Amino acid sequence: MSMTAVHQITAGFMPLFDSAVLVAARELGFAAREGVELKLQRETSWANIRDRIAIGHFDVAHMLGPMPLACSLGLTPLASDTVVPFSLGLGGNCVTVSNAVWGGMAAHGAEADLDPARAGAALGAFIRDRAATGRELLRFAVVHPHSGHNYELRYWLAACGIDPEREIEIVIVPPPFMADALAAGRIDGYCVGEPWNSAAVAAGTGHIVTVKPLLWKNSPEKVIGARKAWAEENPQALAALLRALHHSARWCQDAGNRSDLAALMAEPRFLGQPPAIQMPVLTGHLHLGGGAERTVEDFFVPFDKAANFPWKSHALWFYTQMVRWGDIAHTPRNLAIARDCYRPDLYRAALKPLGVALPGANAKVEGALKAATPVGSAGASLVLGPDGFFDGQIFDPDKIDAYIASQKSGLLRT
Amino acid sequence: MVRSPLAVLVIDENRIRASIIEAGLREAGHERVTIIHDVIGIARRIAEIEPDVIVIDLENPNRDMLESMFQLSRAVRRPIAMFVDRSDKASIEAAVDAGVSAYVVDGLRQERVKPILDMAVSRFNAFSRMARELEEVRGELENRKVIDRAKGILMKSRGLSEEAAYTLLRKTAMNQNRKISDIAQSLVTAAGLLGPMGDE
Repeated sequence: MSMTAVHQITAGFMPLFDSAVLVAARELGFAAREGVELKLQRETSWANIRDRIAIGHFDVAHMLGPMPLACSLGLTPLASDTVVPFSLGLGGNCVTVSNAVWGGMAAHGAEADLDPARAGAALGAFIRDRAATGRELLRFAVVHPHSGHNYELRYWLAACGIDPEREIEIVIVPPPFMADALAAGRIDGYCVGEPWNSAAVAAGTGHIVTVKPLLWKNSPEKVIGARKAWAEENPQALAALLRALHHSARWCQDAGNRSDLAALMAEPRFLGQPPAIQMPVLTGHLHLGGGAERTVEDFFVPFDKAANFPWKSHALWFYTQMVRWGDIAHTPRNLAIARDCYRPDLYRAALKPLGVALPGANAKVEGALKAATPVGSAGASLVLGPDGFFDGQIFDPDKIDAYIASQKSGLLRT
Repeated sequence: MVRSPLAVLVIDENRIRASIIEAGLREAGHERVTIIHDVIGIARRIAEIEPDVIVIDLENPNRDMLESMFQLSRAVRRPIAMFVDRSDKASIEAAVDAGVSAYVVDGLRQERVKPILDMAVSRFNAFSRMARELEEVRGELENRKVIDRAKGILMKSRGLSEEAAYTLLRKTAMNQNRKISDIAQSLVTAAGLLGPMGDE
């Protein structure tokens, strides 16, 4: 049974696995069933996504979690107010290093166990060894300055006593070029989503040393960004889209659909990469390099654990990291913009008619949940995943000044 | 006061398009134009060139890298903004529609930069038109080849003259409300499946 399309929506996406919920919403007919004619347009850079949403080519887009904040805060060359009514999933990234760096880390106690603290300590010791012999800084790549990748890599390094501003160089490389740049020696390591970590392992040119879900459990990654003016003028279209994405996300989470989803994403119009290379992100079973393997629980979560809820605490954590690394000044005005960017109210309004369980709060204390915890209103059951940071720190969005102050003082070692 | 000529950097992996833009800029009197096709080692090049205006095609997957370099590194002397005036929405839309993005160092006056951007936009549009026409010609040639092969199959298998073979294709296409090239393609595919007839 399908309705005739009453809402036309154009969405931009980047060829990355975490566009899956958006892609499946169209391809599996979830959008059509909500009366949405969803047009998908693949892009080649986040800058293009930002520009096209700003001038109205796209209504909504697959975006890096911090990107709508950067747009709304005016940090980008062509900025427009962007809101986040939906998260496209949790987790999904890894940190991968070259064989040479892995050798250096292993000599300082790193083991193929993905333990962020152990790996970070070994990397720090290796970096200071190199510095003592006057060797140039290691160069790590991330996909974009305003990305979860950049902020989680910096968080990990800083928490392990490595100053990301002075003891390492961080550059930008597009995801599909990461493995090649590593193999060619242009970079020494990187933080990126799958399949671009497994690609380096498969090529024999990289080792995965840690993963996002171990740095910060069930942490935010990509989101749906909507042009604020469009969202305000088209509340019904947006709500219909969010319901379609909700059904699509549930389908993507179902283990029984993994091979179908991998085959869909493998198509040339989406990722154009073989289905087999899509499986690690779905199963969490990773080859780390050198024959080591690990299965990471909740490696990528497209639906469960309230994965689609746009927590204000996620946006505010990104904001604290923007402040920490000098992207923006911490002022009441900027804080207010960051607080208003993620919109759980829009998510709730759209999903309420479905009678599904919804979190009662708009924000949570990140790092407070040590184990899966049932929550939720409306009678139906909802389980939140643990949300701890690997260094045991807690981010309380109500104590944002103290959090920012504590990180500032901890940044520069003397 | 004599104004120093603007240094313009064009970053485009498409060599033909880059040279079309370069020619346009030179015709307009811009002597300090540099073209870069490959972004590896580009930071050093930019530091040497010290561009006032940078033009990049939107298809370039390295846009994020380049943009962060303009904003964060010391490769460019002064901060760079996209276009000159953010409020000039029409220009921005025209550029994005044409597939161009442009970055301009802070402090340049709009009237100095606008002609450069307009030039880039019109040359990009001209190039897209050319590419589209070329694509159409290519498609036309492909169609003609398939029709020739289909005619050959009909002539061989049914002993028809070339003209009769073509008439048969045309009539079938008309009856089924499809293009001749589609009918021809179906025939070629079917012949290939059926064996020795379609042995190519």
